[in-house]
Amino acid sequence: MQRNSNGEHGLEDAAATTTGETAPFDVHEMVLRHQRDPSRLLAILHEVMAALGYVPPAIISELGTLLGLPRAHVEGVVGFYAFFSSEPRGCFRVLFSDNVTDEMAGSAELRARMLEAFRIELGEVSRDDLVSIDTTSCTGLCDQGPALLVNGRAIPRLTPARIGAITSLIRGDVPVERWPGNLFTIHSHIERRDLLLSTALEPGSAIDAAIARGPAATIDEISDSGLRGRGGAGFATGTKWAACRAAPGDERYVVCNADEGEPGTFKDRELLAHFADTVLEGMTVAGFAVGATRGFLYLRAEYPFLVEPLKTKLDERRQAGLLGAGIRGCFDFDVELVVGAGAYVCGEESALLESLEGKRGIPRNRPPYPVTHGFRQQPTLVNNVETLMAAAFVARFGAGFLRRVGSATSTGTKILSVSGDVVRPGIYEYPFGFSVRQVLEDAGAKDAVAVQVGGPSGVLLSASEFDRRVAFEDVPCAGALMVFDDSRDLLGVVENFARFFAHESCGFCTPCRVGTTLNAQMMQRIVRGHGSRRDLKDLDKVSHLMQSASHCGLGTTAGRPILDALAKFRPAFERRLRSLDVLPTFDLDEALAPAREVTARDDAGAHFLNEET
Amino acid sequence: MKVNSAHELEEATGRVPRVEGRPTFRMDGNDVPFDEGQSILAAALAAGYYVPFLCYHPEFEPHGSCKVCTVRVNGRTHASCTQPAREGDVVESNTNDLKELRQGLVQFLFTEGNHFCPSCEASGSCTLQAVAYDVGMTNAHYAPLFPERPVDASHPEVLLDFNRCILCELCVRASALVDKKNVFALSGRGIHKHLIVNAESGKLGDTNLSLEDKAMNVCPVGVILRKRRGFSVPIGERRYDQHPIRELAATNPRGRTGEPAE
Repeated sequence: MQRNSNGEHGLEDAAATTTGETAPFDVHEMVLRHQRDPSRLLAILHEVMAALGYVPPAIISELGTLLGLPRAHVEGVVGFYAFFSSEPRGCFRVLFSDNVTDEMAGSAELRARMLEAFRIELGEVSRDDLVSIDTTSCTGLCDQGPALLVNGRAIPRLTPARIGAITSLIRGDVPVERWPGNLFTIHSHIERRDLLLSTALEPGSAIDAAIARGPAATIDEISDSGLRGRGGAGFATGTKWAACRAAPGDERYVVCNADEGEPGTFKDRELLAHFADTVLEGMTVAGFAVGATRGFLYLRAEYPFLVEPLKTKLDERRQAGLLGAGIRGCFDFDVELVVGAGAYVCGEESALLESLEGKRGIPRNRPPYPVTHGFRQQPTLVNNVETLMAAAFVARFGAGFLRRVGSATSTGTKILSVSGDVVRPGIYEYPFGFSVRQVLEDAGAKDAVAVQVGGPSGVLLSASEFDRRVAFEDVPCAGALMVFDDSRDLLGVVENFARFFAHESCGFCTPCRVGTTLNAQMMQRIVRGHGSRRDLKDLDKVSHLMQSASHCGLGTTAGRPILDALAKFRPAFERRLRSLDVLPTFDLDEALAPAREVTARDDAGAHFLNEET
Repeated sequence: MKVNSAHELEEATGRVPRVEGRPTFRMDGNDVPFDEGQSILAAALAAGYYVPFLCYHPEFEPHGSCKVCTVRVNGRTHASCTQPAREGDVVESNTNDLKELRQGLVQFLFTEGNHFCPSCEASGSCTLQAVAYDVGMTNAHYAPLFPERPVDASHPEVLLDFNRCILCELCVRASALVDKKNVFALSGRGIHKHLIVNAESGKLGDTNLSLEDKAMNVCPVGVILRKRRGFSVPIGERRYDQHPIRELAATNPRGRTGEPAE
């Protein structure tokens, strides 16, 4: 028997099916518990992963039969999400966050230490099936990295000592549930509070104000406040709400996009940890205003520590009559928590809806837009966590609340996640229009040479641009500021971003699927010193092609860090070029390594030496 | 005259032209009539204007994944197969930058898969090859990725050669929508996205695919092949050996140049 199948090392959610060490995993019972609903496929697969450590082919077939789906559909969903696997993994599945901030904090050395302890390669399962170690995209703990996930649970602030402790626990086959709790403690660093983070909001007060005003007037108030989407695109929130309300449909839905996948961003993590009431209040007000009775909070799987607190919060609000049937005797609205499965692209609203329906997270063609054809083709409002929070305040205090600060086209505040080379990484809230320099000063950045604003899909600013202002009219920002000082290798940073996009491309359209991979390969070549001038031309060409032809925002923005770096830090690239014209696609000496191994030679004659070395 | 929107065109000319009472958009200086709800690509092909494409098929709902049919509409790029035509749209297709963009995309596809035209059974009747000639591609430009994609010869009548798959999903759509069999699907993501078949063994021989299926006749390249039919038409005498795809498309307003190789 596979040792992963004893079901001992599950996620919290697996408790229902794995009470005893030998309890068999009952697929049939589980699918019935999910009402045989195909749109629950992600939740179902999470349970299978927790119980068995992977999704075996026979279970894929069984799920297809039970859910009335083609087997290949289920297989396609398993194959799409990073946190599902159809191949056996270790009993302990360790995933190191490989965001650039984790790397800067020493992630690679810690990872190497652990790999060596278990004598395995990255991506490999140990021979005794005990452990597998791999990397995963940014886990949103950049203010307390390096971080890793073990069987879906997050461990921040990794040090050699912590890695040693984790290694011992795995060696001792101690179930993750019995690991010392302090390993999993997530710290909060709210460093600067402004409008949203310093104003108290009595639960229910925004709902009461919305009811008193009426749905249409509530939407008008949101429009008058100038609130724009905080997820990055900056679409006028009131216009979106009005369009959803006006769209014909049998049912309407409100979705809170908490799939905070942009590397360097972790503000939604803090908002949901400390201000969940306000976010849910905003969702409920939105439900009332657009006429929705159901809402979904789509949470990224990297935040498992928020699952139980959010479920508790939902229950509390139901008990207080702020969710469920007959809210204030006036309307029905309830919220369901849905957990993603490791896919950055699902932060794109139409991909998120596909994922909510239990499918591969492929962005849809638009038009039609989600406000008219969203979840199950019904009118659906998708808003960012921070947007919904701000909306709750506007509903409660009126449009003037946001207009008090910011600028005419960017009202209110922006909540930032600040990380990288700063003394005080954490959450900072500023009225729109603040300069990057101010954030650097407040966070204690020394010798900063570059700042990535808005994550890899945002803008790379050089020191001469630190006086630029964050606002929709200058530098728009979804919330992340990653700071790099003069000790950092910016090409390494850009290479990390290129790798991220290649890993996260959904693969639907040609330009993004192939372009992100070509860019990642070229960046890797350049960083390793094998790049040529031709690579620089091709990076430019591929990035522009992706920008013009890609299907969604992931592809259109994936080339940005490269184009920015080529424009602003070109000498850094040119210093690394080995040859100006030829295209060395591999390192000759490296390619000789297998030959050296079989001949047991490592003398000078078995090496190909370049003139440079 | 350079105009960017229907409004500007109306102002400049005082009218939006109609052809036989139908609304029109302007593509590369020609008035192209369209029916309500028709895409720019469908309307252009119907009017005899060729725009290169790979994943589009007139019998299926377009999904716009290959992006080879990208055009510029009122200054913004869109896949023309999914972009609804609107009266007075100003569409550019035959410009140097768009030709370069299409060539780049076709080069991407050649880089991504294992495409060895001289030894391929589909050579001469392959849409990818024909479009590559049309966009003036002479090499794949980028270092090939050489993916490992074993062929599946498990089916008694059909060979699957995944090396040539361009992920257009036409077989997926045909099998789901016409054959109602769901024999094909996609798994993986990003560059690891790949075609799979609906069987626990992962083998085509364990699916219910049959030769009469629509899915047998939609592959634009050489992935889904009938066994024991190889090279029954000599290379040199095949469809695109005789006429460039642009010419064939212009004389076939359905936008498809006929069923695959004989």
